[in-house]
Amino acid sequence: MNFKMIGRFISYVILIEAGFMLFPFVLAIADGDDTAIFGFGITILGAVLLGLLVLLLCKKAPIHFYESEGFVCVGISWIVLSLIGCVPFILSKDIPNFFDAFFEMVSGFTTTGASVIPNVELCTRATLLWRSLSNWVGGMGILVFMLAILPAGRSNRGFTMHLMRAESPGPSVGKLVPRMRQTALILYTIYLVITILNVIALLFTGLSFFESICGAMSTAGTGGFGVKADSFAGFPASTQIVTTVFMLVYGVNFSVYYLLLIGKISSVLRDAELRLYISTYLIATALITINLFRSSLFATFGETLRHAAFQVSSIMSTTGFATTDFDTWPALSKGILLILMVFGACAGSTAGGMKMARILIYVKSMARNIRHSLHPSKVSAVRINGSPISDTVITTSNAYLVAYVAMIILSFLLVSIDGLSVETNISAVLATSNNIGPGLAAVGPNANYAAYSSFSKVIFCIDMLAGRLEIFPILVLFSRTTWSRKA
Amino acid sequence: MKIIICGCGRIGYPVIRDLLEEGHQLTVIDENQRAINDIQNTFDVMTLCGNCATASALRDAAVDKADLLIALTAKDEINLLSCMTSHSINPKIHTIARIRNPEYIEQVASMQKLTGLSMIINPEQSVADEIYKLLKMPGFMRRETFARGQVEIVELKADRGSPLCGLALNQLAGTIKCKVLVCAIVREGTCLIPKGNHTIQEGDRIYVTAPSDSLAILLKNLNITTHRVKDCMIIGGGRISYYLGQRLINSGIKVKIIEQSEETSQLIMTQLPRCTVVHEDPQDQEQLIKEGIESFDSLVTLTGQDSVNAITSLFGASLGIPTIVTKFDQMSSSQLLGKLPLGSIVRPQDLAGNAIERFVRAMQNQTGAAVAVHTIADGLAEALEFEVDENTLHKDEPFRSFKLRAHTLIACVTSGYTTEIPNGDSKFSLGDTIVVVTNQAGSVTQLNDIFM
Repeated sequence: MNFKMIGRFISYVILIEAGFMLFPFVLAIADGDDTAIFGFGITILGAVLLGLLVLLLCKKAPIHFYESEGFVCVGISWIVLSLIGCVPFILSKDIPNFFDAFFEMVSGFTTTGASVIPNVELCTRATLLWRSLSNWVGGMGILVFMLAILPAGRSNRGFTMHLMRAESPGPSVGKLVPRMRQTALILYTIYLVITILNVIALLFTGLSFFESICGAMSTAGTGGFGVKADSFAGFPASTQIVTTVFMLVYGVNFSVYYLLLIGKISSVLRDAELRLYISTYLIATALITINLFRSSLFATFGETLRHAAFQVSSIMSTTGFATTDFDTWPALSKGILLILMVFGACAGSTAGGMKMARILIYVKSMARNIRHSLHPSKVSAVRINGSPISDTVITTSNAYLVAYVAMIILSFLLVSIDGLSVETNISAVLATSNNIGPGLAAVGPNANYAAYSSFSKVIFCIDMLAGRLEIFPILVLFSRTTWSRKA
Repeated sequence: MKIIICGCGRIGYPVIRDLLEEGHQLTVIDENQRAINDIQNTFDVMTLCGNCATASALRDAAVDKADLLIALTAKDEINLLSCMTSHSINPKIHTIARIRNPEYIEQVASMQKLTGLSMIINPEQSVADEIYKLLKMPGFMRRETFARGQVEIVELKADRGSPLCGLALNQLAGTIKCKVLVCAIVREGTCLIPKGNHTIQEGDRIYVTAPSDSLAILLKNLNITTHRVKDCMIIGGGRISYYLGQRLINSGIKVKIIEQSEETSQLIMTQLPRCTVVHEDPQDQEQLIKEGIESFDSLVTLTGQDSVNAITSLFGASLGIPTIVTKFDQMSSSQLLGKLPLGSIVRPQDLAGNAIERFVRAMQNQTGAAVAVHTIADGLAEALEFEVDENTLHKDEPFRSFKLRAHTLIACVTSGYTTEIPNGDSKFSLGDTIVVVTNQAGSVTQLNDIFM
């Protein structure tokens, strides 16, 4: 294991994080908020010193860097990122307890949006901005950001692929253009442009500038950290509709936008994953609307549709905003939402969950297996968008499924120790490991995770990180071979 | 530039590495998923698994926006078809094809309009040319030509007992009585760019810049006996052997080819009627003795297996054959190879890479860019040829008045038909050709990069 090279990347990550912290720091100065200035100032200073120290220690790094290094590097980076990111919360006394602050920060960077803060409106604006900013950075990934700003390397930069693969969601991660730096730049540019459009749209619906920025960043990362205690319920209907659309937009594979930009519209229209995503969204919205309308929870059909559309968009894109307390919805609607939590949105987007691409692979490979058992000598392949999927991709997807289910079962068991209801526990585990945020019952949209013990919060933190990084980068950190000197 | 490379095998790999170092954007197509994965994990390139002769694969590789397509697969037909297909999709594209079968080469010229071919790469022929050069002037391990053939960089080995051992470089001119410059020394797998006070040690391989016409004097004064090669035993009867055999016979050298496969030996026998072709297993040393291997004054091992080549060359060396050339396709550890008496070592992949790199540089036509790049010292150093133009700094100033960057030196200055090995008083002026040697590969792309 090439720890020196990993250390060098981690030092870059720390320095980049310190750079991002300047935004809330400046806001704190503008607000004249002494505790926030202190909290962020000290953290930035400490982070810069730590980053430079690590950089100095890892100066002479050997060049070799393989898959395992990529996984370990991404896993450690995200933990370090969260550890440093939670320091301002503690110092500014917005979240005095370490476990609570760490949970909040992991939730931010993994774009989960699960919170332990009873009333966010009491927090300083700098803290709120930092929460939303963590959603934004975590959505596209900090190492992808690093790849975008790192000076273009010479030749043997193939290893950057390992970092991108470990950090970006989806069964098979590819580049858009030959150079990694260009690819990362394109992704972040698209991301930034959509976010800016989102800010402008929110401004038009009558939100304040601060609310628009924070709202747009939380939406962009499909995070779900709000600036209001009641999430989106208090905002006007137009804001909710705009956000419904944008949440859906962020759940689409970003390479689709690149294909649109270079004019390959036909291949976008034929994209199987996108089609599945949109049709799942439409069907789920229709079902929930009918279900809600029949139980006449809302006065008009329009209002019912608005809430259903928002909630489905929010859960599928794994954002986790709420316009209403969906915990009071009928069982069928809640059931659909729970299933959508597992499905998630498209690969290569900022969303969490299992991803539509994997669902496609699972369904199609299952169909192939059934066909194969009926007709054993038939030769067939799993095809997506017309081209066959290699067996390695199917195998790793299956391995992912097994690890995913195992993680959910184990975490469910462990958090059950706290004695909350089964519905709370199962929804909490699903909502964290799929990076959604609010679950049902005691962790529903109007409640938060404060009821859980510190031990359970650590379990949730691991779930959130594993969910965002698709399990393996976190799993390798628990492997003994990773830390042994040999191999 | 946007470049598509088809095939990432032995020839493709170094080409990808070199072109990336020059800052191009590469898309690599290959049919072998494993090879493609390896490339993806080693280099910052886009990869695509598929048949590079199909329009769909080429479209996926964005051939419509590419500037150059380099087809390097092992199959001539695929390479040509790939060039034709991409040319029909994008008429502005330049193409380079690797063509191995000599029978195709004649007709390629007439297909230029169809294929957009700008250059043909024939690694086998380049290797044969290289080996021929070495056999014509035995004693040098390797020769690279610069400045329209007026200057060469040759490789010499400081064997035990050679007058080179223990010699400081600033005393060199006195010993060998002609003006040369040592521009690189390979010692234990590393390459250093020497200064005047460096001393040559036993086992070093040194790279010497000299005007072409003083090479013979250089050899004579180093007590390297240069008996002319009169006959040559070639192990392996593949394409390189065909090209080499043809050239050797034409210059009056007797050739005996040992080939293991009956089919191949039949083929080369019909192609080269004036050679003796023996169908025999070269790994059987007894048979080699029977074929009189000791009586030959040169041995060239060209089979497709590195291990067979190495062992046969070692066997030849143990019998005291003075001139040995060994071909290696894969082995690259110069630390290991330098210690064995394998004679001169040729690597087909290096040669193809150099030619392509030169072409791409010419295509870009940047002012101040190198007109030629040669990889020397097992790829540890580069020799670059530049033309002095209006933008070049320090024109007409004596060398002692400015400083070069570390690990870089000017090996020679050629103006018109005279070549000068530089000292502190030398200068260069507009229109001159300069050869620069550096072991910091990729750090020098423009002539002005060499100055501090």
